[in-house]
This record gives sequence, structure tokens and C-alpha cells, in this order.
Amino acid sequence: MTSSPSDTSVSARGLIKTYGEVTALAGLDLDVPGGTVLGLLGPNGAGKTTAVSILTTLVRPDSGSAHVAGVDVMADPRGVRSRIGLSGQYAAVDEHLTATENLEMIGCLYGMPRREARRRGLDLLEQFRLMEASDRPLKTFSGGMRRRIDLAGALVADPPVLFLDEPTTGLDPRSRGELWDAIRERVKGGTTVLLTTQYLEEADQLADEIVVIDHGRSIAKGTAEQLKRRVGGEHLDVHVSGDGAVATTESILAAVATGPLRIHHDDGELSAPVSNGVEALSTVLRELESRQVTIVDIGLRRPTLDDVFMELTGHEAEAEVSS
Amino acid sequence: MNLLRDSATIARRNVIRIRRVPDVMAFVVVQPIMFVLLFAYVFGGSIDIPGGNYREFLMAGIFSQTVVFGATFTGAGLAEDMQKGLINRFRSLPMSRSAVVAGRTVSDVVYNALSIIVMSLAGLAVGWRIRGSFLDAVVAFALLLFFAYSFSWVMACIGLLVPTPEVVNNATFVVLFPLTFIANTFVPSDNLPGVLKPIAEWNPVSTLTQAVREGFGNLPVGTPEPTAWPLQNATLYTLVWAAILIVVFAPIATRLYQRAGAR
Repeated sequence: MTSSPSDTSVSARGLIKTYGEVTALAGLDLDVPGGTVLGLLGPNGAGKTTAVSILTTLVRPDSGSAHVAGVDVMADPRGVRSRIGLSGQYAAVDEHLTATENLEMIGCLYGMPRREARRRGLDLLEQFRLMEASDRPLKTFSGGMRRRIDLAGALVADPPVLFLDEPTTGLDPRSRGELWDAIRERVKGGTTVLLTTQYLEEADQLADEIVVIDHGRSIAKGTAEQLKRRVGGEHLDVHVSGDGAVATTESILAAVATGPLRIHHDDGELSAPVSNGVEALSTVLRELESRQVTIVDIGLRRPTLDDVFMELTGHEAEAEVSS
Repeated sequence: MNLLRDSATIARRNVIRIRRVPDVMAFVVVQPIMFVLLFAYVFGGSIDIPGGNYREFLMAGIFSQTVVFGATFTGAGLAEDMQKGLINRFRSLPMSRSAVVAGRTVSDVVYNALSIIVMSLAGLAVGWRIRGSFLDAVVAFALLLFFAYSFSWVMACIGLLVPTPEVVNNATFVVLFPLTFIANTFVPSDNLPGVLKPIAEWNPVSTLTQAVREGFGNLPVGTPEPTAWPLQNATLYTLVWAAILIVVFAPIATRLYQRAGAR
């Protein structure tokens, strides 16, 4: 592959990385066409961070190859570093420095003249509505604000490729929305983004294409729509209460379901993929009434990426995260 | 030069932090004053130096001990950067591979210079005086800073190997207390028993102290010529040690940095 200035794509072939007994990546392939957003989706420990670490030159793979913006990651790591911005799941900013000082420092380390780095930093702070942080040490600010400054740090040198490793993990919904807006803004400008997330909604919101990974390999890819279609049909959600209600409902749903059920015993919530939604709904309603189960709520919905994950891996994204 | 420019950027950042982090300020300012006062008034009355003034004898020892302990900052600072994820950000930037550690060791010279100024003032307040020539005194101060600089590369390696800044403090104290006490810092090495005497005589902290004591003209009148070669050639021996520390530990620290924090 030859490097051309207009090439802003990211690709990886057969990436393998093991840490002692633990296999972090087991032959991962990735392709991110220039100017698009790829969402790398998977639970904790699936290998997302390792993949980003390899593509951003922080870690060398045991085998495999990777190119970022036309540059070979293993042969010319420095060339890669000058073309990327990295913003991680832990805001890597100096909390004793002000936002301006942080951005100026990062800009200088990208090789920009100090004055230009400072000016560019101030532009970004204004764009991200962070001017109030410009001359106060960051430790006085919230986690969400630090993440946005961290993201601004990745943008100081205007790199053509952006790596965002779980950019909103641990943020409240409002901060998350603000960060999403900032990312969308960049994508409009033509930046290529590789984003890792364990939030299915985040991938749905931001990514043009999604790669689902589990145990260090890709298990599915496509647009959010394609992945949802893969799960097929609709989902019937039932919320019941009372002794034995869950067990009874489970047997009723099993008869109409086209795939595995999802059951939250504690909450009395069950969910089943169904092919003919309306017919299944009326059947289940009738059965539940005749067996005198108390229904708190019942309804049909289009599949979400949560359902996709369940279908693909046989376990829930959330459950693995909490373990 | 990339290395110089990037190191300067990192050093500038570390110097900004001196003003912002109160506990660092306390370490830089309060601890030297405390040591001068404690040794001058607690031990000063009880320890006799034949033909001399213990407070004057003592100052060179406190200078040496403080700058060697000052190297702990280098290690703790790097460990903190690693813990906070900053090292990973730096490693993803197209900057010189040596600049993060080099910039840190340079900014720690600023810490040590501040410490030395504070200590000198405290020393002057309790009666210490420079009795030698101005030039000798300047050379003595420069030697203190240079040895401290070389030693901060050793601490940089420790900082990049351990998981948290707290561990740096614990790990270094185990090394630094013997290093600065089995020496002529607070008592003449001639008084040390058995095997401790040769250890003290060949300890670079002793030769640093000896060279500084000579430079300030603070050796008690009638002190016999030292018998050990390192103490006879204190400045040279100290410089050789400093050079060895840099040559050995700078490449190790750079290598550790390149692997640091990678998961």
C-alpha cells in the first residue's frame, strides 16, 4: 500500500495479541473507509482497547498488519502518530494545568509553533463552549468537561484520523450528548473516526458501520439497520408481577418466540423475538389473561442493538460488563 | 531539534505545576527548612566536631541529602503521569521518545534549585557562612545540581516500573535513607564503625558532600587529609559517578517509557 495525502482510511489484517495466557485479539480484521465512522462494539475485555492501542502505535501486535492514513503502523509509527488524534476512556489531560495550557502543550508536541498551538486551542475551546475552563486548572471541573477537553486535545493538530476509546463511558446522559455533538461536528468536516464503545446506543447514534467483537475477533458487521434486520422481526416485551408470573409467562412466550428469550427475574421483565408481532401479541395477551397473570406492561418494539448482541453472542452486553 | 523542543515543552508544563500543587511546594520549601533547623538545634548542641562548628559542617550534608531526595520527584511525577493516562497520550503523539523523561529530569533541576535557595537562606539564618571563594561556592552549587540531575534518571526508572506514586516514595526511601546516612553527611566518616567506614568513603553522596564542604570552606580547621582515594578526589569521583548514572540509566528510562502503560 502506498501513502497518499488523501488516504485517510484505516485497515487492519489478522491482528493477534496475547498477554500471557490471555488472548486479547485473535485475528481481528478492520476496514474504515476515509471520512466514515466505524463503531467497534463489544463488552469489557472483548479486545476493543487493545485494537485501538495497536492502531495508535502504543502496542505492537504479535502478528498481523495495519495501516492508518496510508502509513504502515509497524514500519513507520511516527508517521502514524502525526496523522492521528487519540482520546481515551480516561481523560488524559493534566488536571493541574488550565484547558489552554493543556491544549497548547499537546499542540507543541505535535510540532506546532507555540503561538499557533495556543490559538488553535482557544478556537477549540470556543467551539466546544469551554471558554470558562480556559484559565482555570482542570481539577475544578466535572468529568464530562475534562473528557471534552481531552477530545479537544486530540483535535488540536487537526488530524485526519481520530481514535476514540470509549469516549463517553461513565458520563451522565447530558455530557454524553454534548460529546456526541462534538464528534458529529468533526465527522462533518471529513475526519475518519474509529470509535469503541460498550453502549449500543452510542454506536447506533454515531457509526456508519458497526463491527461487533467478542473474545478478540469480529463476529458481525454492518450498518445498525443491517444488524437489526439480522435479528429479524420485532420484539415482544412483557412486564408481569406476582408469584410464579415469570415462569408462566416464560412458557407462554417460548411458544411464540423465534429466538432466545431475555428474562430479568427480579424485575419480572421478559422479552422475546417474534416474527408476526400483532398475532403474537394477541396470543400472548389471551394466554396471560386466561392464566390470570398480572400484566404491568406489554408492547411490541423494533429490535435494538442490545437484541443484536444477545442474538450474536448468546449473552447480554450489560451482564458481561458488570461481572 | 525535536528532543530539545519537546523536552522544553514537557519541562515548562512541570514547572507550571510547581506553583499549582501545594504539597510539592511544601516538599520543596518546608522540608529543607525543617532539616536545617532540626539538625542545627537538636543535634547541633550534642555533636562535637573537633576544631570546628557542627552547623557549618552539617550544611553540606543537608544540601546533599535534600537534592538526592529531590530526585524522588522525578519518579513520583512519572508514576503519576502513567497512572493518570498522560503517558499514553504522550506516546500517541509524534514527539521525541526521550522527551517526557528528559523534560522531567530537567524540570526537577528547577525544583532542586529552589530547594537549595531556601536551604541556603535557612542556613544563613542559623549561622552558616560560605568561607571559601565565590567561584568555589558556585562550583559546589553546580555540582549539587548536576549530581541530583544524574540521580533523577535512576528515580525515573523506578517511577516507570511501579504502579503508583506512593510506591515510588516507599521504594525510594528504602534506598535513599541508607545512601544518605551511611555517609559523611551528618558525621565524619572516620567515626563510622567497621565495614560502614569504607562504604561511606566510596559512597558518592559522601564525595558530593566532601566536595561541597570543601567548596564552601566549611571543613573544620585541622581536619586531617582523607585517607580514602574517593574523598581525596571528591569532585572528580562525584562527576564520574554522575556521568555513569546518566549513561546507564538514561537509555533504560527511555526504553521503559516506550513500553510504559501499554495494555
